[in-house]
Amino acid sequence: MSGTPKIRLRGLSKSFNGKTVLDGVDLDVAAGEGMVILGGSGSGKSVTIKCILGLIRPDAGTIEIDGRDVLAMSRREREAINDRIGMLFQNAALFDSLPVWENVCFKLLAQKRITRAKARDKAAEILAQVGLAASVGDLSPAELSGGMQKRVGLARAIAAEPDIIFFDEPTTGLDPIMGAVIDGLIVDVVQRLGATTVSITHDMASARRIGTTAAMIHKGRIIWTGPAASLGETGNAMVDQFARGEREGPIQMELRK
Amino acid sequence: MQHLLNLVALLGRSVLAGCRQVGGVTLFALEGLSHLVRPPFYPRLLGRAFVEIAYFSLPVVALTAVFTGMVLALQSYSGFSRFGAESAIANVVVLSITRELGPVLAGLMVAGRIGAAFAAEIGTMRVTDQIDALTTLSTNPMKYLVAPRLAAGIVAMPLLVVVADILGVMGGWLIGTTKLGFTSTSYLTSTLNFMQTGDVVSGLVKAAVFGFIIALMGCWSGYTSRGGAQGVGAATTGAVVAASILILALDYVLTAVFFGV
Repeated sequence: MSGTPKIRLRGLSKSFNGKTVLDGVDLDVAAGEGMVILGGSGSGKSVTIKCILGLIRPDAGTIEIDGRDVLAMSRREREAINDRIGMLFQNAALFDSLPVWENVCFKLLAQKRITRAKARDKAAEILAQVGLAASVGDLSPAELSGGMQKRVGLARAIAAEPDIIFFDEPTTGLDPIMGAVIDGLIVDVVQRLGATTVSITHDMASARRIGTTAAMIHKGRIIWTGPAASLGETGNAMVDQFARGEREGPIQMELRK
Repeated sequence: MQHLLNLVALLGRSVLAGCRQVGGVTLFALEGLSHLVRPPFYPRLLGRAFVEIAYFSLPVVALTAVFTGMVLALQSYSGFSRFGAESAIANVVVLSITRELGPVLAGLMVAGRIGAAFAAEIGTMRVTDQIDALTTLSTNPMKYLVAPRLAAGIVAMPLLVVVADILGVMGGWLIGTTKLGFTSTSYLTSTLNFMQTGDVVSGLVKAAVFGFIIALMGCWSGYTSRGGAQGVGAATTGAVVAASILILALDYVLTAVFFGV
């Protein structure tokens, strides 16, 4: 791990229709690190990831990947950076008009790194890495259960062997065992690829399994960073309240009484 | 006084929102079109969109055209017989169908089918993050989703209108020969004598423009839809309504350009 972080965010701000979502996010993710971003619903976790991916343009601040400012780049350079990034969406976001094998090899096919004839075998190979049989490749995404969709989504995210992977709530909507299975797969593939990962989650068990470092975002700012293993005993009242899921504490849910 | 100001503010807001919409659609259209000439291209998707528009709209367009031709013959007869001008029926049918009714009615029918289908499909992709997923998989969604549909709309509609023109004339012929006392030869001869290339071509140009508008409004409504099932529903309705109104408005503009006095 050299001096330049893989991803460096400084003063990232974004508001939608006058409502501030990100209020100066500063975050460093070192190469090979497993960063987990924690935070309540609506705290700006997803928006942060979408800004790094280039899906949302921040109002202010800088985003550097490998020390290069991606916001100042030309479209072509930006696309070249995106080529090395994979993303697993919360609901997998599989293309329902395409069979599973085309979903998995979508990026390889789009970049003509593989022919259609060979893509089926390649898909079977990648599906095996996430514990799915080759026959799944011929199904359509709508025929899959939630856990299988997540695994196909993971297969699609890693197919092009990216060096940065984003996971948006990888275990949400799954039973605890399937959640652990997905986490295990994530850890395996990330290790094999040597990739840097940034995950969003509010599942503490998952955060400790897939993360090495954790950061807590609250009201559009990063309020704490530290080792993921220490979650629950960090000494930061807000983080500990969140990690233990306590109703009483410094974070007050804005409920109408 | 405050009420008056509120009223003015409301007016201003709607005008600004309207301008934003028009600007948004225009930029969207230009970007979509620009991808038609910049590789990579997606011939498979173009083919699929083409089949969806041209082939699967054929029955509905054909039925519309036949009945329109039939009604046109019948109505012109009831009007023209008062002046003893029954012989002009074939001319009226072919002129109305090729210049106006073929492209406009086919356009409205296709707007209902295709505008809605495009908006629903792309809208669902938007709200389920599939469009964002395309971007993360090194694929430009404008190029992948929008450009092939625009191209298919521009190419498929004129072909549909050729069919509509022929079937519309045949609808008139059917009524002319069975109910209005024309012989088959006399009806077709007067149709062919009166038909002008300019009428047909202007109709086909209109069809290409309408095809573009239908695909554009479908794609744009879907692409910009927000907020789950309800958002997709609103996008679908919006696409059909906007495409239909634009077809009728542009029909006037194009007619004024082609045949304007």
